[in-house]
Amino acid sequence: MQWESWAAFWHMGGAAPFVWGSYGVTAALIVAELVLVIRRRKDTVTRLLRWRRALGKNGVE
Amino acid sequence: MTTPSRAVTRNPEGILRFAAPQQFYPLAGTLAPWFAQAAAVLTAIGLYIGFFVAPTDFQQGEVYRVIFIHVPAAWMSMLIYLVMAFWAAVGLVLNTRLSFIMCQALAPTGAMFCFLALWTGALWGKPTWGTYWVWDARLTSQLLLLFLYFGFIALTRAIEDPRRADRAGAIIALVGAVNVPIIYFSVQWWNTLHQGASVSLTKAPSMATTMLAGMLVMALAAWMYAIAVALWRVRALILERERHTEWVGEVLEAEGRAR
Repeated sequence: MQWESWAAFWHMGGAAPFVWGSYGVTAALIVAELVLVIRRRKDTVTRLLRWRRALGKNGVE
Repeated sequence: MTTPSRAVTRNPEGILRFAAPQQFYPLAGTLAPWFAQAAAVLTAIGLYIGFFVAPTDFQQGEVYRVIFIHVPAAWMSMLIYLVMAFWAAVGLVLNTRLSFIMCQALAPTGAMFCFLALWTGALWGKPTWGTYWVWDARLTSQLLLLFLYFGFIALTRAIEDPRRADRAGAIIALVGAVNVPIIYFSVQWWNTLHQGASVSLTKAPSMATTMLAGMLVMALAAWMYAIAVALWRVRALILERERHTEWVGEVLEAEGRAR
């Protein structure tokens, strides 16, 4: 174990803004990408279903 | 010239049949969660090693722990671009739709890793070099890679006709790939502020074993993550591209009923 306490861990030997700034932005971007990529497929399905039904009603294919 | 037999082109055996979007769509859906879970487990292990096993660096103190993101992100940003160039080449030679779609599914994730490499590098540079940014060869060529990703994404989205968009994107992917070895070897070819490679195939790594282990596990996690996200993204792109086909109609109707 490298740390005397959790406070020492969060302090990162004085480098907290640089270390947590790196990890924080990375975590935020990964969560954002996961949300976007999963929502994108759902939105595509919804949009294409509507598009297909509109085509069907107009009797064109 | 001989024409290939109809049986082979229509219904290829083995792994090649997954080159058809219709076959690849469900496969991608099955595989993606496995890669995502592998990424989660490897990230947990990597972070544990990185923060609780790896020792304090005798020169840099704790700030070096940025390395567990910085190096994997930088590697992924270069690797994903090379993979895109590979699919672009396959697409141009064999004219396979799925290759171009794969190229487009990878680009946003590559751009994200490229941005993270620059961001974490800036935050690491400030306490160690005294500056967030210098226009040296390594940093500048990495910034160029980010612009190549943006250029690829902007161009493929701006062109209406998907076949033309595919080809234009493939050309950026192939031409831009020249930049990747420039990034990689920049620290040898030019006098840069950035340090040389910590890991190489020819000499022993210049870092503690536990530090190296943490970095490699995080790199593996980044691979798994990139594969999972690309597989999820490719599914949306396939539905969009193949919307006129009967099989997509069936997939859509099935999803519509399930809602």
